[in-house]
Amino acid sequence: MTEANTSAPVPAVSFLHFDEVGCAYLRGARCTDCGAVAPGERHVCNACGARGRMKSIRLSESGTLYSYTIVHRSFPGVQTPFIAAIVDLDGGGALQGTLLGVEADPARIPFGLPVKLIYRHSGQTSADGRPFHSYYFAPAENRT
Amino acid sequence: MSGDVYIVGIDMIPFGRYPTRSLSSLGAEAALLALDDAGLSILDIQALYCGNLMEAHLMVGQRILREIGQTGVPVVNTANACATGATAFREGVIAVKAGLYDLVLAVGVEQMGKGLLGGGKRADGFSAEGVLGSGTMPAMFAQIGSEHSRKYGTTFTQFAKVAVKNHHHSTLNPKAMSRRETPLEEVMAAQMIAYPNTKLMCSINVDGAAAAVIASAEAVKRHGLLGRAVRIRASELTSGPYTPHEFAIPDFNLVTRNCAGAAYERAGVGPSELDLIELHDCFATAELVHYENLGLCAEGEAGSLIDSGATALGGRIPVNVSGGLLSKGHPLGATGIANLYEITTQLRDEAGARQVQGARMGLTHVCGGTPDRGSACVVHILEKA
Repeated sequence: MTEANTSAPVPAVSFLHFDEVGCAYLRGARCTDCGAVAPGERHVCNACGARGRMKSIRLSESGTLYSYTIVHRSFPGVQTPFIAAIVDLDGGGALQGTLLGVEADPARIPFGLPVKLIYRHSGQTSADGRPFHSYYFAPAENRT
Repeated sequence: MSGDVYIVGIDMIPFGRYPTRSLSSLGAEAALLALDDAGLSILDIQALYCGNLMEAHLMVGQRILREIGQTGVPVVNTANACATGATAFREGVIAVKAGLYDLVLAVGVEQMGKGLLGGGKRADGFSAEGVLGSGTMPAMFAQIGSEHSRKYGTTFTQFAKVAVKNHHHSTLNPKAMSRRETPLEEVMAAQMIAYPNTKLMCSINVDGAAAAVIASAEAVKRHGLLGRAVRIRASELTSGPYTPHEFAIPDFNLVTRNCAGAAYERAGVGPSELDLIELHDCFATAELVHYENLGLCAEGEAGSLIDSGATALGGRIPVNVSGGLLSKGHPLGATGIANLYEITTQLRDEAGARQVQGARMGLTHVCGGTPDRGSACVVHILEKA
């Protein structure tokens, strides 16, 4: 008998997984024909249409800031301001997410900023009380 | 030419808030105005193409016919993000072009609440907003503006000038929702929604409806409508093509470039032959990127184009002399036909105080999409007949 783990985190996105020791990672797929990278599992490449050529990969946990906005007005209950960022992952693929650890001031948000992915509790819980875990972006550690 | 297709009647209701009116009554009003503009009756109409987004599954076209005459003609209800109305119109053009019908009606109509579009909780109770970036429209289009700043150094001031220009144009348009001057300082100091878009740089959610009667050359002749007819030189539709950012943000640039390229090719004209443009300024940042996407200036020159005044009324290529979505308002399903109304009115030399002198050819553009789904674009080129 296994007991349901009532504290096990719930992934906030379908392509976030936990490995055997509970570490979060993002799963993606790379087309062996054209090289396009997509989050999640796929059978058909949406870049070139090739079928059966998508290879399952772990998405890179580092990348660079491509574009962003500072969101000042959002839906009720959402804390603002926050930085909504688009990040190009090293090795292919791009994700939207929230950039943490940077002041919400355009003068302090350089395009091309090296970032890393971090995983944490989103502050939201499922109906059965389990925490939703998500990925976030943060400045890469070696940044001065 | 015998294969040409024309707009012979077109109109829009003033965009605004009509909380006590039904969606179908707004659409019906625009339909009757367009029929009156053409001097035709619903009995002359052989098919109806209806664009509406929020009630796309609720037979809006049929409901409109219940109000203006249930003739039993084919009704097609379309939904295609912000390209909804233009997509409905284009379906009518295609049917006439194909020779199935020679007089059809296209109606775009929308009733909208106030406030931000997008967002909401998933079935499992998770809300992505603020965790996975932002799903709001102002944020998405702010990121597109930031991308332009990244590439070309485009400034907050330059984006803000779009709002100054379009709000100025709106003072000349009695059918615009907001009709007041907004100086640059006011635009920039307005409440920041999603940097660099302030509140005055965001289109207004309003109710609205617009309608057009589309005719073949034969029907134009039969009804003696050539005098105020406007020729449709191109009617093109594209969906968002793959880009490496596909899963982070929908593409609004390439989808527009592809659509505009197809329209210029179809019409056999280039951007330099256009006299005016109504483009999809859902946010001030969008207007600037579309200057380049539509070929109004070279890559990276959108910022200097707005600085030069070339896109203001009286300039080299006036853009959004109606006031644009920023001030006219943006009732999603109606927008695509409303911008055809503006160009048609201009080509008929009936635009009054905002008339672009000697206008012979104009372009309309709508482009929309939602995060994690995709995008759609429609471009029309119209010519004085």
